[in-house]
Amino acid sequence: MSKVTGHEDNLNAIRALIKKHKKNDRIFSYIGLFIIGSLAIALLILFLDLVIDGYPKINLEFFSNFPSRKPEGAGILSAWVGSALVLIVTFFVAVPMGVASGIYLEEYAKKGWFADLIEINVANLAGVPSIIYGLLALGLFVYEFGLGQSILTAGLTLSLLMLPIVIVSTREAIRAIPVHIREAAYAVGATKWQVTLHHVLQYAMGGVLTGIIIGMARAIGETAPVITIGALTFIAFLPPSPVTDVAPFFNFAWLEAGFTVLPIQMFNWISRPEHAFHINAAATGAVIIILTLLMNGIAIKLRYSIRKKIKW
Amino acid sequence: MAKNNPKISPALAKNIRRNFVERLIEIALMLSGIVAILITFGIVFILVTESFPFFEAVSLKEFLTSTVWTPNFERKNYGILPLVSGTLTITGIALLVAVPLGTITAVYLSEFASHKIRETIKPVLELLVGVPTVVFGYFALLLVTPLLQKIYPDLPTFNMLGPGIVMGIMIVPYIASVAEDAMRAVPMAMREGAYAMGATRFQTAVSVVMPAATSGIVAAYILAVSRGIGETMIVAIAAGQQPNFTFNPVESAATITAYIVSVALGDLEHGGIGYQSIFAAGIVLFIMTLSLNILGQWTRKKFTERY
Repeated sequence: MSKVTGHEDNLNAIRALIKKHKKNDRIFSYIGLFIIGSLAIALLILFLDLVIDGYPKINLEFFSNFPSRKPEGAGILSAWVGSALVLIVTFFVAVPMGVASGIYLEEYAKKGWFADLIEINVANLAGVPSIIYGLLALGLFVYEFGLGQSILTAGLTLSLLMLPIVIVSTREAIRAIPVHIREAAYAVGATKWQVTLHHVLQYAMGGVLTGIIIGMARAIGETAPVITIGALTFIAFLPPSPVTDVAPFFNFAWLEAGFTVLPIQMFNWISRPEHAFHINAAATGAVIIILTLLMNGIAIKLRYSIRKKIKW
Repeated sequence: MAKNNPKISPALAKNIRRNFVERLIEIALMLSGIVAILITFGIVFILVTESFPFFEAVSLKEFLTSTVWTPNFERKNYGILPLVSGTLTITGIALLVAVPLGTITAVYLSEFASHKIRETIKPVLELLVGVPTVVFGYFALLLVTPLLQKIYPDLPTFNMLGPGIVMGIMIVPYIASVAEDAMRAVPMAMREGAYAMGATRFQTAVSVVMPAATSGIVAAYILAVSRGIGETMIVAIAAGQQPNFTFNPVESAATITAYIVSVALGDLEHGGIGYQSIFAAGIVLFIMTLSLNILGQWTRKKFTERY
């Protein structure tokens, strides 16, 4: 009899133990959900606060007015035009160079110390603080090359920041392409470059595009390196228009113009003591947030849809 | 045959031309690859040459051991320690927030969350990594610090606690995503082994998956430290510009990055000692982040080689 009850006791003890451990499982699960949930809610509140604070300012005038000493009439015209022009430069420098490096590392480079050296450098550049790029640009572009505190300098600086992102995403996209695609092209007599351009790059396009969008989104929000090269914080004029009404219909004088960008305008307004300027800062912040979240969202959506769609 | 004949066939000529173009393209691609090396050398070269005159005026001993950084005073003194203390204090606060939250998030996503929840949360995490830091600076100065002042009324407007906490929140998605990748890379067979022995999910996560992914998780922490040290806008906006040798989070202090920004915002006199000093500060920052990044990558690599 006592043997049986001992057996029962043991069984009950084990059941209790299992129950306890299962409870631990559930508790941790709730903790995890709670932490993620509260982080999400905290960030949501922060973003909503930004949008609500800035909302009354966001209208057409805000985009068409220059910054001013009076917070009510101040706008972000020079900032968004500056951001757009800087991004054009960044795009045309970082994209060809980044894609070309990515192709070189994946398709052309032979395994060895040279490829390793480039790889190590790319990996390290991705981790260099952005302000260090600002110092590089200040010493090299502004003074050594004499480009001054211009749109060209800022565009080049941000393209250095964007480069590792484009290289890494290009490489990942190329690496996912199976070798038989290449072999099929080689079999019908294509050269290496033809294989790369007509086949590898075509299939990698989605992944490359993802990297480009994420890099551009990062470039929009970057503040520190642009401040470091000495961008002005108060600009009440526009650079010369890139498009003219006389032949050849475009000019490059805007490259040398002084400028400001959206995040610097926001920084400038945050630093003022008056509350009215903080509202302007919130409105600018809302514009930046919406732009970057939108771009990142598109990029992430693109990446997930590629992952789902392509079955080799 | 072709050698003796000075006239080569058109097909062969086309071949030669084609090979030549192919070679040109390869060289062009290689040059783009070299740019990455050039940028690294450029950074080292500029930092060293531009700060060289600075170290002629200020001894290395004063730079590394003096606890006073007063570039704007009559009696100029350049000791980097106040900037380093500010940088480390804020990064430390950020880690206190980010390490527990980031690790729990990673464990939850990797071991507990259903496929559907994971596929919803992961993109959101990626989205958060892209939020510009100037926006987080706004939160730190105008939302978090006023909130903290309600709890602790003596807190000055510029302090290290607010930006530290905000920086921590900013780093959480980063730690979570790197650590989650590390834990997901642990082979399923190891988990199945634990489950077969009767372990629960939590036991498996803590005593099988996490130990196996230790180096990946540690790498996530190291890379997070590096990010915190290099972070600029949050601290430049919310921690103040006054170099202050203190580890007290409720005081205001400048970081290395904040100092560089404050000098760059003023009138930069090219070749002046103020101009040179930001490159000297930049060297310290670069060495700190570079060694952490190398350590982090090394740790992570060690981990991927194991399976």
